[in-house]
Amino acid sequence: MPDRTMIDIRGVSRSYGSFKALDEANLSIREGEFFSLLGPSGCGKTTLLRMIAGFDTPTTGKIVIDGQPMDGIPANRRPTNMVFQSYAIFPHLNVEQNVAYGLKRLRLGAEEEKRRVEEALAMVSLTGLGKRGATELSGGQRQRVALARALVMRPKVLLLDEPLSALDKKLREQMQVELRRLQKAVGITFILVTHDQYEALAMSDRIAVMFGGRISQVAAPKEIYQRPVNRQVADFLGGMNFIRAELVEEAGNTIVVDTLGFGRVRTERPPAWEGNGRAATLGIRPERLRVLWDDARAAHEVAGTLIERHYFGEITHLVVDVPGMEKPLSVTETNDFGADDLPVGATIRLAYDPDALVAMAD
Amino acid sequence: MKALARKWLPAYAGLYVIFLYLPILLLPIFSVNASPIPQFPLTGITTKWYRDLPKTPALIDAAWNSLIVGVAAAVLSTVLGICAARAVTRYRFPGRRPIQGLIMAPLVLPEIIIAISMLLILLSLGLSLSLFTVVLGHVLICIPYSITVLVSGFEGFDRSLEEASADLGETAFGTFRRVTLPMVAPAIISSLLVSFTISLDEFIMAFFLAGTETTLPIYIWGQLRFAAKLPGVLALGTLMLAASILMLTFAEVLRRRAERRTADAGAALA
Repeated sequence: MPDRTMIDIRGVSRSYGSFKALDEANLSIREGEFFSLLGPSGCGKTTLLRMIAGFDTPTTGKIVIDGQPMDGIPANRRPTNMVFQSYAIFPHLNVEQNVAYGLKRLRLGAEEEKRRVEEALAMVSLTGLGKRGATELSGGQRQRVALARALVMRPKVLLLDEPLSALDKKLREQMQVELRRLQKAVGITFILVTHDQYEALAMSDRIAVMFGGRISQVAAPKEIYQRPVNRQVADFLGGMNFIRAELVEEAGNTIVVDTLGFGRVRTERPPAWEGNGRAATLGIRPERLRVLWDDARAAHEVAGTLIERHYFGEITHLVVDVPGMEKPLSVTETNDFGADDLPVGATIRLAYDPDALVAMAD
Repeated sequence: MKALARKWLPAYAGLYVIFLYLPILLLPIFSVNASPIPQFPLTGITTKWYRDLPKTPALIDAAWNSLIVGVAAAVLSTVLGICAARAVTRYRFPGRRPIQGLIMAPLVLPEIIIAISMLLILLSLGLSLSLFTVVLGHVLICIPYSITVLVSGFEGFDRSLEEASADLGETAFGTFRRVTLPMVAPAIISSLLVSFTISLDEFIMAFFLAGTETTLPIYIWGQLRFAAKLPGVLALGTLMLAASILMLTFAEVLRRRAERRTADAGAALA
């Protein structure tokens, strides 16, 4: 059962006039996977989701769900169900009727239908609210009804279009955990569209990062975060210090570069990287640089002057100017040792793990 | 100044309301007066004038005509109104606002001018005047009301509701029946009622375009020349008034319900 392909996207493009919303997308999503399409607005992620659901048709290319090509199959005959960004709860029906909406067509009989509805409501912790009117629900409850209404159909694939974006921060984080747990419990393939990188990182088995209608990288959250293929992906997923480097040696999968500040670095050659003369770009995440206190030493160090300090409660953000480097380094440090009290202007030393320095395409 | 306003404003408002509604109030009062002369004090209470109404064939004819015209005008203006309201609320197209303005214009244009223009056009088209031409005139008058009611019902209708229905396996027709229609039905019924009421009471268009036919307002106008017929007219007027108020109230209740529904559906997006 694992590694069976559930959705196959083959060379799918979608144009609106001269505007290419999606350009030659290729993806293979496995059965039971929690897969996220991540990118800024207008990157084509919603277009792709809507084409999987059947609300939009590819200009070219093919979408195959569970071995069956979807060409010409309308939304109402696809084995997918969707949780809409607006939730699209039918306002003239109560919670129960909303959840039972799709079941009515299956003619299961009153008893079986009732059982399935109860089961779905229990799954999203809405037991007992069945008779509640759709307009009397809070945002979080609407979201749960939308989820129950889709899951009750037992789809092969559940599509989620920015389902958490309308919720406040606390509720959103709670729902992230719940959704993930729910997905593991039901074992259905989930495809989530989001522009929130934390959401994607926290929930997904794999993420496709998209920009301008193209898929830049498909990988597990850790891989995407730690080894982004290019600057754009690196930037979108969080803070990143970019370091200019010069290529010294290229041997198979490894490259050796010279940098100002970090000296000579040996690192893995990034997949999308093409030799751009001798120039290269390295990156290191701000939390991978640690302040060295007092006389502590580390195998790899870089020293500089603290020029700015920003306090964020649990962490402090430091900006450190390193002689010779074109841009100051961003550092996030926990506050256990007093990073929040470091005087601006002080010289500080930073330790790093050379493995945290990754080469990437521009 | 403020104190003065506080003291006199309610009095002014009260006078205003009396000025507006006292004449209308007199109508039912004199319609049950035993004497045919509308004068205080009342000489006695009677339902005679009401009982006489069904015995007047000319009145029954006029009532039938009004009913036919009213239903036809209501259906036509609502159908046209649905198209326009749907276009205005769903699509963004160039000239949307000017078009909306032009559709509403008959509300403020002098009715007699529109009536004369219509008469000229219909005659030059070679159409003979009949109930059909009255219907055309009434549709023109009713459409702004229809559209106002329908737009407030359609506005905020979240398109993803129809998509959600399709997504849950429903066909296009099933979606229309189970989602679209229940959502907009109150607004449609409300539009039908409002249009019917307006057509029922409308005089100027009917007067110009009816030819030899009579509708209720034309019949009433004709009767006013005979003093003896006045109580009957008052009774008929009272009935029409009651019917209008009833239908408009019901229409407004439905319109508000439609508005609330669509507004709730859209609220999640806000």
